[in-house]
Formats: sequence, C-alpha cells, structure tokens
Amino acid sequence: MKRATLLPALLIAALLAWLVGYPLLMTLIEALGGPGRWTLGWFGEFFSRRDEWMALWRSLWISAASVILAAVVGVPLAFLFERTEFPGRRVLGAIVALPVALPPLVGVIAFLFLYGESGFASRAVQAALGLSQPPWRLVGPGAILLVHAYSMYVYFYLFTRAGLARLDAALLEAAASLGASRWRTLFRVTLPLLRPALAGAALLTFMTALASFSAPYLFGGGFRVMTTQIVASRLNGELGLAQAETVMLALLALLGLQAMRRADRVAAVGTGVRGIAPARKRLRTPLARGLAGFFGWLLAIFLLLPHAVLALVSLVPPFTWTSQFFPPVLNFGNWTSLVSQSERLRPVVNSLWMAAVATVAALGLGFAAARFAAARRDRMGGLLEGLIAVPWAVPGTVFAVALATTFSAHQPWLGRFVLIGTPWILPLAYLVRNLPLTGRAALAGLRQLDPSLEEAAASLGAGRWRRLGRVTLPLLRPALAAGAGLAFITALGDFVVSIVLYTFDTRPISIEILSSLRLQDLGMAAAYGVLLMTASAAAFLLWGQGEAG
Amino acid sequence: MAFLSLEQLDKSFGAQTVLRGLSLEVAKGEILALLGPSGSGKTTALRLIAGFEAPDRGRIRVESADVTALPPERRHFGMVFQHYALFPHLTVGENVAFGLAGVAGKVDSARRVAEALNLVELPGFAGRRVGEISGGQQQRVALARALAPEPRVLLLDEPLSNLDPTLRERTRRELKRAIQRVGITTVLVTHEQEEAFHLGDRVAVLHGGVLHQVGSPEDLYERPATRFVATFVGRASVLPCVLEGDGAVWVPHPALSGPTGAAAGPVRWSAAPAPELAGAGPGEEVDLVVRPESLTFVGAGDPRALAGRVTERRYAGPVTYYQVALAAGGEVEVLAPPGAATTGDAVRVAPDAQGPAPRLFRQMREQARDQVRDN
Repeated sequence: MKRATLLPALLIAALLAWLVGYPLLMTLIEALGGPGRWTLGWFGEFFSRRDEWMALWRSLWISAASVILAAVVGVPLAFLFERTEFPGRRVLGAIVALPVALPPLVGVIAFLFLYGESGFASRAVQAALGLSQPPWRLVGPGAILLVHAYSMYVYFYLFTRAGLARLDAALLEAAASLGASRWRTLFRVTLPLLRPALAGAALLTFMTALASFSAPYLFGGGFRVMTTQIVASRLNGELGLAQAETVMLALLALLGLQAMRRADRVAAVGTGVRGIAPARKRLRTPLARGLAGFFGWLLAIFLLLPHAVLALVSLVPPFTWTSQFFPPVLNFGNWTSLVSQSERLRPVVNSLWMAAVATVAALGLGFAAARFAAARRDRMGGLLEGLIAVPWAVPGTVFAVALATTFSAHQPWLGRFVLIGTPWILPLAYLVRNLPLTGRAALAGLRQLDPSLEEAAASLGAGRWRRLGRVTLPLLRPALAAGAGLAFITALGDFVVSIVLYTFDTRPISIEILSSLRLQDLGMAAAYGVLLMTASAAAFLLWGQGEAG
Repeated sequence: MAFLSLEQLDKSFGAQTVLRGLSLEVAKGEILALLGPSGSGKTTALRLIAGFEAPDRGRIRVESADVTALPPERRHFGMVFQHYALFPHLTVGENVAFGLAGVAGKVDSARRVAEALNLVELPGFAGRRVGEISGGQQQRVALARALAPEPRVLLLDEPLSNLDPTLRERTRRELKRAIQRVGITTVLVTHEQEEAFHLGDRVAVLHGGVLHQVGSPEDLYERPATRFVATFVGRASVLPCVLEGDGAVWVPHPALSGPTGAAAGPVRWSAAPAPELAGAGPGEEVDLVVRPESLTFVGAGDPRALAGRVTERRYAGPVTYYQVALAAGGEVEVLAPPGAATTGDAVRVAPDAQGPAPRLFRQMREQARDQVRDN
C-alpha cells in the first residue's frame, strides 16, 4: 500500500541528511580550508607528523587486538553456556552478559577503583607481598585492552550463543554419521556455519574499539589513539588539524561499515532451514560439574567486582580514604548531598532532560524514517536506511567535532546556526547518536510485521491514522520501547560527545564524574556512576523483555 | 445485472505482467471462485478488488459506481486473509469489533460482535486471546471480523489453505453455510479445484494472468474452453490425432503409430472440437483431451479399440485408475472397476459414452507443452 509517500519521504530524507550527512561534509570542507581558501595543508600536517599517523596506527592495532582478545574470551564462554549443562548455568549465563550494560565511562572508573594504582586489587597485592610500590600501574595500551576485553567479549559471547542456538542439530548428526570426529565436526561444520555470527561480532567489536574514548582518555597517558588525539588537538586550539584527524577517523569507520554490510550479505546466505538446536550436554562426573560451577562463579565474581566496588566507593566520604586497604569511613553522605544540593543534582537533571528530549525526537524521526524505508523498496528506501545507520558506524568523537564545526557559524541559508554554547547542542548531538538505536529497532519491528495486518485494518474501514494508532504502534511497542530505552541510557551516560560539546550550565553526569575524579572526590564520582549503572541495568531489562515479547 | 464488475484490468509489477485484460462480473449474492495455479494472477486480482493494489488500466465497479480510485478503507469490502491477519494484541471480541468503530455505537457494537460470533458458531469467544484459539477457530474469527461491519462484498484469500487437511472439508462446509446465511456477494481465491467447485456458484479459471473460462463447475469439467482448463480442472489424458471433419478424428496420430494392425490403430473416434478450432479443416493435426471416465476397457472386435498394456494401477476406493501405454504410442488413464485388470495385462481401450465427450484443442508445440506441465 504505497500511495503518494514520495513527498513526506523526501522531507524526512532531507532532515536526516541535514542532521547526519551535512555535518560530516562540513567537516571535510573545513579540513580542506573552505571555499576560497582550499588547501591540503592540514592533511599534509597530519601525514608529516609522526605522532599523528602513530595515533592512526594505534587506533587500528588496538581495535584489532581488542577483537582477538574479545573472541578468545567470548567464544569459548558461549560454547560452554550453550552446549553444556551444569548447576547455575542460567543465572551465570545472564551475569556473563552484564558488562555490556555498563556505560563505558562508568566501567572505566570502576576499573580505576579496582585495579588502579590505589585500587582495591593493587592494594591487596601490595599488602600481601609487602611491596613499597603498587605492583602495577594501570596505564598504556595494556590497560586499554583490559577494559576493552572486559566490555567487548560480550559481543562474541552473545552472537556465538545465538548462532549456536540456531544451528540445526541434524547437521552435526549428519557429520557424525559420516564418521567425522568431534574436532573435525567443530572445524568443518560448526565453525564455518558460525562464520556470519563471528564476522558480525568481530566487526561490531572493531567499530566499538575504534570509537572507544573513555578508556584511552583515562588510561592512555601519553599513548594517544585517534579519538583522544582529536580532543587533544581541539584543546590545543589546532582546529584545522582536529578536523583533518576527524576526517581520517571517519574514513576508517566508513570502511568498517562497508565491511560490515558485506558481512551482513554473507550472513544472509544460509540453508534457510531452522532446525532444532542440539541438546545441551550434561557434564557427567561430579568433578567436572563442580569445576564448571567453581570457575563459573569465580568468573561471575570477577565480572561483578566492578559493580560492587562502584557501589562501595560511593559510600566513601570525600578525603577520608588515603592509604588504608579498606575505606575507614562509609556512610550515605554522598547520596544525601547528591539529592539535597542543587549543584550536585544539576548534572543529573541536565542529563535527564537532555536524554529525554533527544530520545523522544530520535524515536519520532527514527520511526518515520523506518516506516518509509520499510514501505519503499527503491533507492529512496535504501537512502533512508543508510542515513539512520551512519551515526552508528561513525565514532562519537567524529560526530561531536562535525556538529561543533557545523553549528558554530550563523549561515541560515546554508542550514547553519550557532548552537555551540547553547543548551541545544547536546540534545541535538544525542539525537543524532540515538537515531540508529530507535530507527533500526523500528525498522526491524516493521519488517517482522505481517503487512496483511494493516491491510486487514484498512479493509475494515480504518484510515491511515487509525491504522497507525490501533494496529502498527501497539504491535511495535516492544521494539520501540527497547530502542528508546537503549537510546535513553546511551544519552544519559554519554561522555564522548559531551566532552567536546558541553557548557558549564549544561554539564551532564559524565562530565561531573570527570571533575569529581580530578578533585579526588572518588565517592561522589562513584555515586554518579552507580546512578548510571542502575539506569542502564533497568533499560537492559526492558530491552530483554522487548526482545522476548 | 452485475453487482461487482471488473473491466479490462491490467496489472504489472516492474517488467512482469501479472494480469492482462481481466473482465469479470459477479451477480448480487453470488459466490465466484477464482481458480488457478500459483502465479496465475488470482491473488493479484483479489488485491485489486480489495484496493490494496491499483490496476495499471481498467475499472472496478460496484452497482455501476466506479471504486477503482477508492482506498481500501472506503470500499466497504470485507476480507479474510490467507494467514487470517488477526490483530495479536486484541482479543477475539476486539478484533471483530474493529470494523464497527464509527459504524455502530457501543451497545450496538457489542450486539453485532455477539451476532457475528454466533454466525460462525463461536459464541462466548469474545474475551479470548487470539493466540489461545485453534487455527480453525482463528479462521472463523477472521470471517466474523470481515462480516461484522456488513460489507458489500466478501473477499476470501485461500481461506482454507492454512488448515489441516482433516479439518479442511468440515470448515469448508461451515464457511459455505455462513456465507449463504448472510447471502453476501463473495469472491474467493483458491488453487484447489475441489474447494472452488464446492464453494463457488461459478468458477473463473486464470492462467498466466489471463482469464481462460468462467462458468459453472459442470461447464468447466464437461465443456472446457481451453486446453489449459481441460487439463488443470480434473484428470485428463492427451493424445495427438488428425481431424477428419464432422467431429471425427483418427487416433492416435499416425506419426505415433508403431506396429500396424487392426488393434494398434489408428482408429476413428468422435470428439467435440473446442471453440478455438473453429475453421479448422480435415487433415489438421489436433490434440484430443479425454477424461479417465470417458474411456473403458473393451473386448476384441470393437472397431474403436486401441491395444495397450497396463503399466500402473491406482486403487482409490470405489474406483480404480489404470495407466495404459498404447501399442501405437502415447499413454492414457482409464477409470474402471477395481477388478478390471492388473499391472502388466494386455488390454483394449475405447471411448465410453457415459463420460463427457473427448475435446479437441489446437496442438501445442513441445516447448509450450512443457510450460503447461511446469505450471
């Protein structure tokens, strides 16, 4: 049922292009000097300075190493939880996916409190071995990779589990009946069939690591990757160079997106038969069951430690914890001041309203774009789908710089307004970053919807708006709620975009966490972190229900 | 006087033509079945009537009012979808009441929901969730939902194809009873001949986007207008032969003849030429299409007998089908009592006056014949 949808589709596409494509284009233009002043100078600068292309190289190898580490941890875990049965498997299986729900900055400060120079783990080791110095320093590529591995193995874990669950048991039985050993079946049947899932996880990990900012920013020290290099260049006032760096990082990310689309196409090739997943193997001997349970719970403790430490540190009053192993004073002072002092509450209120506005707008725009993209199987539909996907592939730092570039000039006839320094730049930035979450959720929901449901409503006399309100929206509610929930917590905990665009009056929670850390007010930083952590957990619970429903 | 009429409808999707010049008329209260293999254009025809697709050319009229440009929500037609398309987030009652908004008040609406559910013999189901009821019940709820707003025309898209074969015949009878009780003008789409014959007052056969014939089931079976209708509707064998004049032919075609001899043929049979053969003269090569019940086994001495050997015997309860390879070449299917022959028997086959007369059609080139077989 497509009747005269071209004009509204064009309007939506134009709005999306202005929000998503235009800032990237503006950045490219300004990196080349701009009209009348064309120059390759900034790019020349970029390639002639060793620390510049070193940052590019580091971004690449850190991302590649993150993929390998995440796969090494995530894939075996997925096999363990999907293929074997042991006590506590269900609960542990859910805990294992937990790190993905932690906002990046919160995860990073939790690691700081745990494994940093004065963190619990380092203090414990120092005390146990009687060392005069902390046993290690949480700095440089090793620290970044540790955080990446902790938060990103979940992609491999979830994708591989899903892939294994989809695998037809008959294929494995066929291999066995043809005389293949367990290992031959693994390498010749199981892993090749998992390839699309593994490729998807690898690319998602790669893109996330490439865009990662919190870990390199707090743990990198002198070890700069592209994202931190861009922010540093801006801080030094080298705007042109920062724009050139931004273009380079965007190019790298778009290459990644291209690869991801190809992987998607590979994933689409399959037997098309949805078989019955192989039964889980019960671990036979009590010893094996005991070992699996023991290591499982050990792993769970390791995974839950950051959360627990964050909650604990949030109870530490300012400047009371110095050299002791365990904080000497614990009370709810941070929490009461967070609620009672308006300056403490301010960032929370800021983040809440900005995230809410951005989410509502992203929901409306994402749904409209998805609806036209789903209805039109032509070039316009493809364009809309591409536009809502772009902010997902392009690192947050890139978008932050692009928006700062575009909305720092007053040229209304060119679609440019001065928004930088106003309360509107952050909600706008969150909106752009949220579009893929709401838009793709809506698109996935719409694609699963039986088109005859809307036709049935039409044949029963329901007009366009009644069909939308009574049939389409109620049926899409779980998908939309899930997308909106994810979008809301992403905006609520955002750090990467905020650090480039915030003003003091609109400082969000993440910026307040950073300044609390700088003031050595660890308890307050942790309290904000717990707040974000709880909100994220709630949103993921909602998401899980939406997926199930 | 036609209640619903389709006039010269054309529809293509991209380069693919799906319907070509479809014209049909449905009388008030009549049930018309659109029958055809998949890809014949029958579902597209139904979607054009419903208004989900717009024709490239042609008109659709209801009581001579042009509805071609009317969106589906303003046509006031009821539709039952192949997969029912019941709203999963609404109860059975809310589904049935969906089309009553703006048509009936609250009290009236509740009464009409109850009436519609009574009609399909599901009283008291209004509070049930759609997911809780069986496939057959879902089918009936879909019918109740379509009928509740008292539409002008009822459209059914393969209404029984989603049901268990065991359920299908019973549901078909119930469906027919419900439609007849309401007396509504109905168009239904099906690929099953039995369904079309049972439900349809008239049946329209579509193939390759073209209407081949429309008529009563008896018309289609006994007087098929095209070779496609003759072979698609009911069982039939095809034998190439040569036209003699006066409805007589020599069978089989001499080119097929292997060993000559009285019993091997060719022999002279009588047959009814199809309209497409008007103007064909003696000597023309044509195809003879014959139903299994129009052939019988005869003893030696019948001048019309063709010799052959039984290659396959298929027992089907009251009757038995025999596949016979003719000595002169070609194969026919013969319906006879179960004890008439066994596999491997040498038999003689001749026309039986009891069945419909064999029909003659223009001979198809090999390529075209293969295409028909693929469909």
